[in-house]
Amino acid sequence: MEDIEKPFETKELTINLGPQHPATHGVLRLVLQLNGENVVKCTPYVGYLHRGVEKLGENRTYFAALPLSDRLDYISSMNNNVGYVNAVERLFGIEVPERAKYIRTMVAEMGRISSHIVWLGTHVLDIGATTPFLLSMAQRERILDLFEMLCGARLTVSYPRVGGVRNDISQEFLDQLYEFVLDFPSNMDDFETLVTENRIWKERTVDIGVISAEEAVNWGLTGGTLRGSGVDYDVRKYFPYDAYDKVEFDVPVGKKGDCYDRYLVRMGELRQANRIIKQCIENLPAGPVMADAPKFTLPPKDMVLKDMEHLIHQFILITKGPTVPEGEIYVGTEVPKGELGFYFVSDGTGKPYRMRVRSPSFVHASVLPRLSEGGLIADVIANIGTIDIVLGECDR
Amino acid sequence: MEPLQIADKLKERFPEEVLDVREFRGQVSVSVKKGRILEICRFLHDAPDLYLDYLVDLCGADYRGKKENRFEVVYHLYSIRHRHALRLKAEVPERDARIDSVMPVWVGVNWHERECYDMFGIVFAGHPDLRRVLLPEDWEGYPLRKDYPLKGPEKEWSGFIDVLERSKEYKQFDWYQ
Repeated sequence: MEDIEKPFETKELTINLGPQHPATHGVLRLVLQLNGENVVKCTPYVGYLHRGVEKLGENRTYFAALPLSDRLDYISSMNNNVGYVNAVERLFGIEVPERAKYIRTMVAEMGRISSHIVWLGTHVLDIGATTPFLLSMAQRERILDLFEMLCGARLTVSYPRVGGVRNDISQEFLDQLYEFVLDFPSNMDDFETLVTENRIWKERTVDIGVISAEEAVNWGLTGGTLRGSGVDYDVRKYFPYDAYDKVEFDVPVGKKGDCYDRYLVRMGELRQANRIIKQCIENLPAGPVMADAPKFTLPPKDMVLKDMEHLIHQFILITKGPTVPEGEIYVGTEVPKGELGFYFVSDGTGKPYRMRVRSPSFVHASVLPRLSEGGLIADVIANIGTIDIVLGECDR
Repeated sequence: MEPLQIADKLKERFPEEVLDVREFRGQVSVSVKKGRILEICRFLHDAPDLYLDYLVDLCGADYRGKKENRFEVVYHLYSIRHRHALRLKAEVPERDARIDSVMPVWVGVNWHERECYDMFGIVFAGHPDLRRVLLPEDWEGYPLRKDYPLKGPEKEWSGFIDVLERSKEYKQFDWYQ
């Protein structure tokens, strides 16, 4: 009887979310201190996928480090490759042929669609809607099939190369891609009918995880996560690379900076990506796909098999690497998650003296406590989905 | 504003601190002494015509045997309003591998500084939560230093030894009992 008469006591509870939890999108571990359902403190732990990409890159030639960038953000490896080769080309000082630029822009936007579609599927699945997930995976499959047709690989593509792209594209590929581009807006309408005005979806995302424009910039957020707060910073517009200065596209921005705005921004980006691909197919110029810079690019394979000079040339480039001007360079590119930057310090040899990867997911994971503390535990899941992190890129 | 103009402004304001200005492929790097880094960063962030409000990246670099001061902390700054960029490099000697944290200026630098500490062993004074971020907390050594072997340390990490021992135990357990 005495126990019943005691006043009801509460105490803070510490729980562990992850690293093996389907809602954490990989191996993110959060230690949450809860007061009832309210999150008092949130501490993220990352590093479970750390492979030492920077250290590995410093011990390989510029060509051999390209496949490492595939494994950063494994959902959109095409964009990482484009970012890597752009940085290396800028350091080498080589100009890429126009056709290669258009092809790169096109495949990078395909990568953006495939990544955003995975984000959409998993984000709404976390919050409780299963149907969009299944629909989105079907669309992603079409893109991955196209990638397979393009270069033989579906995920770790390594298709863009220093100086251009690996091989020219076929007419069959272009036809199928065009078919996809024409279909895609109607698929987008399907997703939007299911999600955008859905009452449950709105209740779970409107006014959740709000971050103001000024604060978002101060935190170093990029990509859709920043633009949801109303800042129009997009590397494709601010520092145009490849063919982005020759295609027309808009940069969708949000107003409030909550989960719902970030959702709308990324949905807008999907449509814009589709628009860019369409323009690239229609305006694709003819010409070579590899730069004519024998000191920095590998010779064509058929010449290597026939000709002694080309064989020696290829051997030297692969084993020693090219002779690179001394200097340092930072080049950022817009990947689906945000700004992916590569910082190279060259000491004149064929290997980078310092290679640094600035990954957007690393910064975005660090903002989780800011978004989640003071909210409900269910909103933590919405926040993880909305910042769109991939732990392979976060941990490098 | 052109990046070289920003460098001139910085020189004008901190003539004692700026060591070197270099340009390569249109990007300007300014080397500074580490002592007043927080003041320099606050100036770059707050001056209305500079307003470098977005810290793109912070990373370390190890110039072992190449430069007088072994380490460098590299800040990539950008202004979204004025669309100009600057690379700031603070030189940090090996015997006193400490530098002030710039978290009061850009709060997002938090994990970058933790990573730099994790990989190079540079201590950021004034950082509220300076722990390792990517590696386990009981890891020995700083992997991105140039004298750290690529293969990793000779001695296995204690956590991994634990896992190996536990797997031995599980092998001896009779699951079909």
